[in-house]
Amino acid sequence: MLAHAIFFYFFSFVAIISAIMVTASKNTVHSVFFLILDFISISCLFIMIGAEFLGMIMLIVYVGAVAVLFLFVVMMLNVAQQKNQWFKSSDTSTHIPIGLIVSLIIFFELIIVIGGWKYKPDIIKNFSDSQISNSTNTHTIGSVLYTEYIHLFQISGMILLVAMIGAIVLTFRKREGVKRQNYFSQISREKNQGVELVEVKSKEGVKIDV
Amino acid sequence: MEYLILLFSEIYKILYVLIPVLVSVAMIVWLDRRIWAFVQKRRGPNVVGPFGLFQTLADALKYIFKEIIIPASSNKIIFILAPIVTMTLALIAWAVIPFSEDYVLADINVGILYIFAISSLGVYGIIMGGWASNSKYPFLGSIRSAAQMVSYEVSIGVIIINVLLCVGSLNLSDIVLAQEKIWFVIPLFPMFVIFFISSLAETNRPPFDLPEAEAELVAGYQTEYSGMMYAMFWLGEYANILLMCALGSILFFGGWLAPIDTPLFEMVPPPAWLIFKILFLFVLFALIKAIVPRYRYDQLMRLGWKVFLPFSLIWVVLTSGYLLYFDLLPVY
Repeated sequence: MLAHAIFFYFFSFVAIISAIMVTASKNTVHSVFFLILDFISISCLFIMIGAEFLGMIMLIVYVGAVAVLFLFVVMMLNVAQQKNQWFKSSDTSTHIPIGLIVSLIIFFELIIVIGGWKYKPDIIKNFSDSQISNSTNTHTIGSVLYTEYIHLFQISGMILLVAMIGAIVLTFRKREGVKRQNYFSQISREKNQGVELVEVKSKEGVKIDV
Repeated sequence: MEYLILLFSEIYKILYVLIPVLVSVAMIVWLDRRIWAFVQKRRGPNVVGPFGLFQTLADALKYIFKEIIIPASSNKIIFILAPIVTMTLALIAWAVIPFSEDYVLADINVGILYIFAISSLGVYGIIMGGWASNSKYPFLGSIRSAAQMVSYEVSIGVIIINVLLCVGSLNLSDIVLAQEKIWFVIPLFPMFVIFFISSLAETNRPPFDLPEAEAELVAGYQTEYSGMMYAMFWLGEYANILLMCALGSILFFGGWLAPIDTPLFEMVPPPAWLIFKILFLFVLFALIKAIVPRYRYDQLMRLGWKVFLPFSLIWVVLTSGYLLYFDLLPVY
């Protein structure tokens, strides 16, 4: 139990410190790296409470894909030079009040959710305990997600698909005057289309490019 | 006291896996160079030790005693962290590889997800190295590799789903035991081909070694590295290649299982079969390095997103439809 406690406090300490450093660090790229450290320590916490599937999915989706794209964008935009004005905002800056309001709202939502969980424990126990104890949590998540919540699951998938298509449509542009490779025309080209044998007369030459 | 004994026995078990992996990485670099040389009718490294076997050790010694140069304008902490991240990630993934039924360091339920997660983290070593060097070519190399590794991971994930549909478990030992009747390479042969090509791209091997294309980018993200730090990048890269070969042989070639269940084959210890299969896949990797020219970047992206991803998605539909129709789905 002692080792468990030590690991728990270590990972939560790292998670909180790196979450603070995400906002406090001067360099934007460093912020993204701290965000990654935060994700990793939170997935370690997930694994410690026995939710190994959630922990691994957290690593794959957030660290392996989302944060890579974050880093990509931050590096490409070259905002690393822009100094992060965390606590000394100028008078015209409106970011801090808005951020405070949003974080207060999220904080109260969390309190409501956790409070509901604590005082109404029945709402999460509407499937039987024997279903949980016998199988791994991957099987349990699958058997609940694809039976009871199948419609919500499908709808969230559709929303993601629509968002993806929307992003592609918004950023798609066809540039003019760009030579494109057409694989079919390239492969189906025959010798008689590509090569022409011409009798060249002396001192007259031949006109190509007809 | 109890904790100490536990700690030491765990460390012993870890070293029992880690040291063979490190030694085989050294041997595999030699094998890679030898095969490359044989294809091109050269001799390859043949001076240090018998058949040049100790060439890699000599190279490693040379790297250890060279000076580590850190560029003045680089971001020093991330610059030093990058090779450490690459090598650590390449080595910790070996924790879940089962060498036989009882010889596995951590027999966790989500083994395949763990390997997938670790290999998707591998891109960070490259991005960090390229960005922290604060120089054009490493940065271009790391941007290229980020896009390349993210796109090929998608198709590897879909291929893994194909295998998992046939197994019904995320545990690597269960995946191997499910292949006792037939190796998955036979029913899922197209998936094996796509997995093999995607793992070439995932480990930045030729013909997909665009992050370090020497004609365009000097040495890509490794340009500013020297001495031990370069050696760590290189070690992590080869450990990753070996890991991909191990994953391929577990997913498609039945891991530690013998090809046919006969008394003669049972005399061979199970880990030897796994090592033999890893070596077979690695020889394929090395041959491809020698015989195939490098891809152009847009063709690489096209292959990943427009060919491999739709094909493996269709194959998921086919596999699940087949299993459902003939009532073969594994139910737990």
